[in-house]
Amino acid sequence: MIEEPKPEDPATEDPRPNGLDRPMNAQLERQLDPEKAEAKLTREIQIKIGQQLRAMYMNVVDQGVPDRFVELLRRLDEGGDKKGEE
Amino acid sequence: MRLDPAVRDAMLGAVPSLRAYAISLCRNVDRADDLVQETLLRAWAHADSFEAGTNMSAWLFTILRNAFHSEYRKRRREVPDGDGTYAATLKSQPEQHSRLQFREFRDALAQLPIDQCEALVLVGASGFSYEQAADICGCAVGTIKSRVNRARSRLAEIMAIDSADDFGPDREQRAVLTGTDHR
Repeated sequence: MIEEPKPEDPATEDPRPNGLDRPMNAQLERQLDPEKAEAKLTREIQIKIGQQLRAMYMNVVDQGVPDRFVELLRRLDEGGDKKGEE
Repeated sequence: MRLDPAVRDAMLGAVPSLRAYAISLCRNVDRADDLVQETLLRAWAHADSFEAGTNMSAWLFTILRNAFHSEYRKRRREVPDGDGTYAATLKSQPEQHSRLQFREFRDALAQLPIDQCEALVLVGASGFSYEQAADICGCAVGTIKSRVNRARSRLAEIMAIDSADDFGPDREQRAVLTGTDHR
Protein backbone atom coordinates (compact mmCIF):
# COMPACT_ATOMS: atom_id res chain seq x y z
CA MET A 1 0.00 0.00 0.00
CA ILE A 2 1.01 3.61 -0.41
CA GLU A 3 3.02 4.81 2.49
CA GLU A 4 1.69 8.19 3.50
CA PRO A 5 4.12 10.47 5.25
CA LYS A 6 3.24 10.57 8.92
CA PRO A 7 2.61 14.05 10.24
CA GLU A 8 5.23 15.19 12.73
CA ASP A 9 2.70 16.44 15.19
CA PRO A 10 -0.92 15.34 14.79
CA ALA A 11 -2.11 18.34 16.80
CA THR A 12 -0.87 20.82 14.19
CA GLU A 13 -1.96 18.75 11.22
CA ASP A 14 -5.60 19.76 11.47
CA PRO A 15 -5.94 23.33 12.62
CA ARG A 16 -9.72 23.12 13.00
CA PRO A 17 -10.96 22.58 16.52
CA ASN A 18 -12.26 19.07 16.82
CA GLY A 19 -15.80 18.67 15.55
CA LEU A 20 -16.64 22.28 14.76
CA ASP A 21 -16.69 21.74 11.02
CA ARG A 22 -19.04 18.79 11.34
CA PRO A 23 -22.81 18.91 11.30
CA MET A 24 -24.57 18.88 14.65
CA ASN A 25 -25.10 15.40 15.87
CA ALA A 26 -26.83 13.91 18.86
CA GLN A 27 -23.66 13.71 20.87
CA LEU A 28 -22.63 17.33 20.32
CA GLU A 29 -26.16 18.51 20.82
CA ARG A 30 -26.16 16.78 24.17
CA GLN A 31 -22.86 18.39 25.10
CA LEU A 32 -23.91 21.87 24.04
CA ASP A 33 -27.46 21.86 25.36
CA PRO A 34 -27.95 18.90 27.65
CA GLU A 35 -31.37 20.02 28.86
CA LYS A 36 -32.83 20.38 25.39
CA ALA A 37 -31.36 17.09 24.24
CA GLU A 38 -32.61 15.42 27.39
CA ALA A 39 -36.14 16.71 26.82
CA LYS A 40 -36.03 15.45 23.24
CA LEU A 41 -34.82 12.05 24.37
CA THR A 42 -37.57 11.89 26.99
CA ARG A 43 -40.21 12.77 24.38
CA GLU A 44 -38.91 10.13 22.00
CA ILE A 45 -38.91 7.52 24.72
CA GLN A 46 -42.41 8.46 25.87
CA ILE A 47 -43.71 8.05 22.32
CA LYS A 48 -41.97 4.70 22.13
CA ILE A 49 -43.45 3.62 25.46
CA GLY A 50 -46.96 4.51 24.30
CA GLN A 51 -46.50 2.63 21.03
CA GLN A 52 -45.07 -0.49 22.62
CA LEU A 53 -47.67 -0.55 25.34
CA ARG A 54 -50.49 -0.43 22.79
CA ALA A 55 -48.75 -2.87 20.45
CA MET A 56 -48.35 -5.39 23.26
CA TYR A 57 -51.98 -4.97 24.28
CA MET A 58 -53.44 -5.06 20.78
CA ASN A 59 -51.49 -8.17 19.93
CA VAL A 60 -53.55 -10.00 22.52
CA VAL A 61 -56.83 -8.26 21.70
CA ASP A 62 -56.41 -9.24 18.05
CA GLN A 63 -56.43 -12.91 19.05
CA GLY A 64 -60.16 -12.55 19.66
CA VAL A 65 -62.06 -14.85 22.01
CA PRO A 66 -60.39 -18.23 22.54
CA ASP A 67 -62.74 -21.22 22.29
CA ARG A 68 -62.30 -22.01 25.94
CA PHE A 69 -64.28 -18.89 26.91
CA VAL A 70 -67.01 -19.40 24.34
CA GLU A 71 -67.37 -22.90 25.73
CA LEU A 72 -67.31 -21.68 29.34
CA LEU A 73 -70.13 -19.20 28.81
CA ARG A 74 -72.14 -21.75 26.86
CA ARG A 75 -71.83 -24.23 29.73
CA LEU A 76 -72.77 -21.60 32.29
CA ASP A 77 -75.74 -20.62 30.21
CA GLU A 78 -76.94 -24.21 29.93
CA GLY A 79 -76.23 -25.09 33.54
CA GLY A 80 -77.78 -21.97 34.98
CA ASP A 81 -76.39 -20.14 37.96
CA LYS A 82 -75.73 -22.95 40.41
CA LYS A 83 -73.95 -20.78 42.94
CA GLY A 84 -76.79 -18.30 43.11
CA GLU A 85 -79.54 -20.90 43.30
CA GLU A 86 -79.40 -21.73 47.00
CA MET B 1 -81.34 -18.51 36.30
CA ARG B 2 -80.31 -17.72 32.77
CA LEU B 3 -78.30 -14.71 31.90
CA ASP B 4 -79.70 -12.01 29.66
CA PRO B 5 -78.18 -12.87 26.25
CA ALA B 6 -77.17 -9.24 25.81
CA VAL B 7 -75.19 -9.38 29.05
CA ARG B 8 -73.63 -12.68 28.06
CA ASP B 9 -72.61 -11.30 24.67
CA ALA B 10 -71.14 -8.22 26.27
CA MET B 11 -69.13 -10.43 28.61
CA LEU B 12 -67.84 -12.44 25.69
CA GLY B 13 -67.05 -9.27 23.79
CA ALA B 14 -64.92 -8.02 26.66
CA VAL B 15 -62.79 -11.18 26.78
CA PRO B 16 -60.04 -10.02 24.38
CA SER B 17 -59.38 -6.86 26.41
CA LEU B 18 -59.64 -8.74 29.69
CA ARG B 19 -57.00 -11.17 28.46
CA ALA B 20 -54.71 -8.36 27.34
CA TYR B 21 -55.03 -6.72 30.73
CA ALA B 22 -54.60 -10.01 32.58
CA ILE B 23 -51.46 -10.87 30.63
CA SER B 24 -49.88 -7.53 31.45
CA LEU B 25 -50.59 -8.19 35.13
CA CYS B 26 -49.71 -11.90 35.32
CA ARG B 27 -46.95 -11.98 32.69
CA ASN B 28 -47.95 -15.53 31.91
CA VAL B 29 -50.58 -16.48 29.38
CA ASP B 30 -51.88 -19.61 31.11
CA ARG B 31 -52.28 -17.88 34.42
CA ALA B 32 -53.84 -14.88 32.70
CA ASP B 33 -56.41 -17.11 31.04
CA ASP B 34 -57.21 -18.73 34.38
CA LEU B 35 -57.68 -15.24 35.80
CA VAL B 36 -60.05 -14.33 32.98
CA GLN B 37 -62.00 -17.52 33.61
CA GLU B 38 -62.22 -16.72 37.31
CA THR B 39 -63.41 -13.23 36.36
CA LEU B 40 -66.17 -14.58 34.13
CA LEU B 41 -67.31 -17.03 36.82
CA ARG B 42 -67.46 -14.27 39.42
CA ALA B 43 -69.23 -11.95 37.00
CA TRP B 44 -71.74 -14.66 36.20
CA ALA B 45 -72.39 -15.36 39.87
CA HIS B 46 -72.88 -11.66 40.60
CA ALA B 47 -74.55 -10.66 37.37
CA ASP B 48 -77.43 -9.14 39.32
CA SER B 49 -75.04 -6.60 40.81
CA PHE B 50 -74.28 -5.23 37.36
CA GLU B 51 -76.23 -2.05 36.84
CA ALA B 52 -77.75 -1.99 33.38
CA GLY B 53 -76.61 0.99 31.37
CA THR B 54 -73.25 1.24 33.09
CA ASN B 55 -69.98 0.24 31.48
CA MET B 56 -69.84 -3.57 31.33
CA SER B 57 -66.18 -3.52 30.45
CA ALA B 58 -65.24 -1.38 33.46
CA TRP B 59 -67.31 -3.67 35.70
CA LEU B 60 -65.48 -6.75 34.42
CA PHE B 61 -62.09 -5.07 34.74
CA THR B 62 -62.92 -4.27 38.36
CA ILE B 63 -63.76 -7.92 39.03
CA LEU B 64 -60.60 -9.07 37.27
CA ARG B 65 -58.46 -6.66 39.21
CA ASN B 66 -59.97 -7.78 42.53
CA ALA B 67 -59.45 -11.43 41.64
CA PHE B 68 -55.86 -10.68 40.67
CA HIS B 69 -55.13 -8.93 43.94
CA SER B 70 -56.77 -11.57 46.06
CA GLU B 71 -55.24 -14.64 44.41
CA TYR B 72 -52.76 -14.03 41.64
CA ARG B 73 -50.68 -11.10 42.74
CA LYS B 74 -48.30 -13.04 44.94
CA ARG B 75 -47.42 -15.26 42.02
CA ARG B 76 -46.64 -12.40 39.68
CA ARG B 77 -42.90 -12.65 40.00
CA GLU B 78 -42.83 -16.41 39.71
CA VAL B 79 -42.30 -18.13 36.40
CA PRO B 80 -42.76 -15.42 33.84
CA ASP B 81 -43.26 -16.76 30.36
CA GLY B 82 -40.17 -17.77 28.55
CA ASP B 83 -39.47 -16.09 25.27
CA GLY B 84 -41.42 -18.73 23.42
CA THR B 85 -44.65 -19.21 25.30
CA TYR B 86 -45.86 -15.68 24.97
CA ALA B 87 -44.58 -15.16 21.45
CA ALA B 88 -46.25 -18.38 20.38
CA THR B 89 -49.67 -16.98 21.25
CA LEU B 90 -49.18 -13.91 19.10
CA LYS B 91 -51.29 -13.84 16.01
CA SER B 92 -48.80 -11.88 14.00
CA GLN B 93 -45.35 -13.18 14.71
CA PRO B 94 -43.13 -10.17 15.21
CA GLU B 95 -39.79 -9.99 13.46
CA GLN B 96 -36.71 -10.92 15.43
CA HIS B 97 -35.86 -7.30 16.13
CA SER B 98 -39.28 -6.24 17.28
CA ARG B 99 -39.67 -9.43 19.27
CA LEU B 100 -36.54 -8.44 21.13
CA GLN B 101 -37.88 -4.93 21.69
CA PHE B 102 -41.14 -6.47 22.78
CA ARG B 103 -39.42 -8.58 25.34
CA GLU B 104 -37.34 -5.68 26.60
CA PHE B 105 -40.49 -3.69 27.01
CA ARG B 106 -42.27 -6.45 28.90
CA ASP B 107 -39.26 -6.84 31.16
CA ALA B 108 -39.24 -3.12 31.81
CA LEU B 109 -42.96 -3.19 32.57
CA ALA B 110 -42.40 -6.06 34.99
CA GLN B 111 -40.01 -3.92 37.00
CA LEU B 112 -42.79 -1.48 37.87
CA PRO B 113 -44.69 -1.80 41.12
CA ILE B 114 -48.00 -3.48 40.35
CA ASP B 115 -50.12 -0.42 41.21
CA GLN B 116 -48.20 1.65 38.66
CA CYS B 117 -48.30 -1.09 36.05
CA GLU B 118 -52.05 -1.57 36.26
CA ALA B 119 -52.74 2.17 36.15
CA LEU B 120 -50.50 2.63 33.11
CA VAL B 121 -52.10 -0.23 31.19
CA LEU B 122 -55.66 0.86 32.02
CA VAL B 123 -55.04 4.42 30.86
CA GLY B 124 -52.37 3.90 28.22
CA ALA B 125 -53.66 0.77 26.49
CA SER B 126 -57.16 -0.23 27.60
CA GLY B 127 -58.45 3.22 26.75
CA PHE B 128 -60.07 4.00 30.10
CA SER B 129 -60.23 7.57 31.34
CA TYR B 130 -58.42 8.50 34.53
CA GLU B 131 -61.82 8.56 36.24
CA GLN B 132 -62.74 5.05 35.07
CA ALA B 133 -59.29 3.74 36.00
CA ALA B 134 -59.73 5.26 39.46
CA ASP B 135 -63.10 3.48 39.82
CA ILE B 136 -61.60 0.18 38.70
CA CYS B 137 -58.69 0.47 41.13
CA GLY B 138 -60.81 1.88 43.92
CA CYS B 139 -58.71 4.97 44.46
CA ALA B 140 -58.73 8.71 43.81
CA VAL B 141 -58.24 10.15 40.32
CA GLY B 142 -55.16 12.02 41.54
CA THR B 143 -53.65 8.75 42.72
CA ILE B 144 -54.11 7.20 39.27
CA LYS B 145 -52.54 10.22 37.61
CA SER B 146 -49.51 10.12 39.82
CA ARG B 147 -49.14 6.35 39.38
CA VAL B 148 -49.27 6.74 35.60
CA ASN B 149 -46.72 9.54 35.70
CA ARG B 150 -44.39 7.60 37.92
CA ALA B 151 -44.79 4.54 35.70
CA ARG B 152 -43.91 6.57 32.60
CA SER B 153 -40.83 8.17 34.07
CA ARG B 154 -39.60 4.91 35.55
CA LEU B 155 -40.06 3.14 32.20
CA ALA B 156 -38.27 6.00 30.46
CA GLU B 157 -35.34 5.57 32.84
CA ILE B 158 -35.17 1.84 32.24
CA MET B 159 -35.51 2.19 28.50
CA ALA B 160 -33.02 5.06 28.25
CA ILE B 161 -30.43 2.80 29.80
CA ASP B 162 -31.37 -0.21 27.70
CA SER B 163 -31.51 1.63 24.41
CA ALA B 164 -28.68 4.11 24.87
CA ASP B 165 -27.22 2.78 21.62
CA ASP B 166 -30.39 3.55 19.67
CA PHE B 167 -30.15 7.18 20.58
CA GLY B 168 -26.42 7.63 20.86
CA PRO B 169 -24.04 8.46 18.03
CA ASP B 170 -23.63 5.81 15.39
CA ARG B 171 -20.45 3.80 15.15
CA GLU B 172 -18.76 6.04 12.63
CA GLN B 173 -19.58 9.14 14.58
CA ARG B 174 -18.35 7.55 17.76
CA ALA B 175 -15.12 6.55 16.05
CA VAL B 176 -14.59 10.13 14.91
CA LEU B 177 -15.32 11.47 18.35
CA THR B 178 -13.03 9.07 20.13
CA GLY B 179 -10.32 9.23 17.49
CA THR B 180 -10.27 5.48 16.94
CA ASP B 181 -11.07 5.60 13.24
CA HIS B 182 -7.90 5.00 11.21
CA ARG B 183 -8.75 5.15 7.55
